[in-house]
Amino acid sequence: MTQLVLQSAVSGLLVGGMYGLVALGLALAFGVLKVLNVAHGELVMLGGYAAFLIFTERGIDPLLSMPLVFVVLAFIGVVLYQLLFRFVVRFDIEKRIKNSLLISFGLVLILQAIAVLLFTGDDRSIVTGYSSAAWVVGMVRIPWVRLSGLVVAVIAAVALEWLLTRTTFGHAVRGTAEDWSLASLAGVDVRRVYMIAFAISAGLAGLAGSMVSLGYSVNPTIGLGWTLKALVVIVLAGLGSMRGIVLAGMLLGLIEGLASVWVGGPYRGVVALVVFLVVLSFRPQGLFGRGGAYV
Amino acid sequence: MSRWVSTMVWLLVLVAFAALGSITDDERLMTLAIQTFIFAALASSWNVLGGFAGQVSLGHAAFFGLGALITRELWLGEMALPLAIVIALAVTAAVAAAVGLPMLRFRGIYFSVGTLALGVAVWITAGNVWPGISSLPADALREYEFTGPYYVALGVVAVVVAVSMWLKRSKLGLGMMAVREDEEAASATGVSALAYKMIAFVISAVLAALAGAAFAFFSVSYYPQFPFSVVWTFEAITIVFVGGVGTIVGPLVGSVFFVVGRDMLSSTFPEIQVLTFGVLFIVVVLLLPGGFVEAGQRLFKLVSRGGADQKAKTGIRPGEREGKEKT
Repeated sequence: MTQLVLQSAVSGLLVGGMYGLVALGLALAFGVLKVLNVAHGELVMLGGYAAFLIFTERGIDPLLSMPLVFVVLAFIGVVLYQLLFRFVVRFDIEKRIKNSLLISFGLVLILQAIAVLLFTGDDRSIVTGYSSAAWVVGMVRIPWVRLSGLVVAVIAAVALEWLLTRTTFGHAVRGTAEDWSLASLAGVDVRRVYMIAFAISAGLAGLAGSMVSLGYSVNPTIGLGWTLKALVVIVLAGLGSMRGIVLAGMLLGLIEGLASVWVGGPYRGVVALVVFLVVLSFRPQGLFGRGGAYV
Repeated sequence: MSRWVSTMVWLLVLVAFAALGSITDDERLMTLAIQTFIFAALASSWNVLGGFAGQVSLGHAAFFGLGALITRELWLGEMALPLAIVIALAVTAAVAAAVGLPMLRFRGIYFSVGTLALGVAVWITAGNVWPGISSLPADALREYEFTGPYYVALGVVAVVVAVSMWLKRSKLGLGMMAVREDEEAASATGVSALAYKMIAFVISAVLAALAGAAFAFFSVSYYPQFPFSVVWTFEAITIVFVGGVGTIVGPLVGSVFFVVGRDMLSSTFPEIQVLTFGVLFIVVVLLLPGGFVEAGQRLFKLVSRGGADQKAKTGIRPGEREGKEKT
């Protein structure tokens, strides 16, 4: 029993890291552009296919091809921004959330349909030499491919936080998130900041996709599930801390893991959502949120 | 248009649809009509909470599903349909009242994500508790006709639209809209924001359950989990915004666009259909931010007094100076 509990807890923490990684990009777009991109999970899905194609066509390991997938998805992000979200950020903040929700919902339909046309509906995952490799710590088995997802999440969060707090560009981003009109007066090119932030958001989805295709599996309909988890993670963490988002993701995963042992597998998602609602009731600013901060 | 004229127009539309149901026996047309009615009822029910009271719920499908589930179980258990529907609505009202209070303490995006979490939790639970498919018994299947569901669904839309119209004109509806525009200001003038939001939440849930009842009566076989799916919520919201949020006609026009548009494209490959619909949908949202209703109003104004408008554009319009002073 102890072994089962420990193993489920560790598995939950590893999946939770992935929830955090998906949530990072969503939080960046939401915090800076004030757009709610419900198609973020579909970008994760595209990233997964990109990593899968690079692996099957060129034989490049997904851990090595990650920078390439980041660039590909960031490029897709720029295209989507120029085609769609550029028009959304012209509205005031309340209308932005509504319109972005609608437009990205349309985008969900489009990207899913494209994925079915290009890649069929089958499940894909990358099988490498180390796919079944694992560390055994005491009674607990830690699969490498899943651990790498958590490691990538932590590195991405630290890098993003460094970018936002330690660089001039990061200051421009945070200023824009706080008040775009003041930032604009201070000489920040707000449109450029929006575009780059959205590109980074999509790039992060690409990293998440690489890890999903390595440790989990990819098919055209996986997007919505990841988006829902990421939304819960963002509210659970509260805006204002990128590390907090990964921690909140791990917490969500941990709760799900333990719930699958104590309440039963089918209900693990339900328990996590109930815990989420309780936390939200007592700490509406989130577990790690700083009041008034956006990214 | 005076109140009586508009009521007459609505009644005429209703009579026309009622007549259509007895004239045609084209199964495809009937199916499309029933689907449109169900979506129109569901979208209008979301519009009460989201459009009138301004609370964007992402868990609306939970009540649609609940209405469908209870109606279906009781009706297949040999209960008369009207009684089954009444019980379903009563249970939904009680559940909505219990859930609404903690949910409505959340504001804005937190309310949206909170209701989303609730909706997904109910969705998963429904799938776990009722894993088997729900089919009509063989006898009922042999006698299945579209006429019954057609009139039930039409009646459901009529009720939902009537309630929405009554709400929009009543003091209750005005209170909801005051809360939507500015919750603090509404509270300061003595409007109990929470009370109005609660009433909107419960009415919206009950009307969604009514739409669910029509779905349960129409469908031959489905998984009980299906009407709980978040996709219903997303589709209802889509319809409301494409049609015109906060209006009576908007959700109705939006559902015709949604159902007929989807069907017209279905002759091609399903993926191409979804792809085209997605593109079409984004174009509508980008080009018509106020939905079809606002676009129609603009067009109407343009046609009825195009010359006068043209003149007004060249001169200084009232409000223009005010606008300049503000910036």
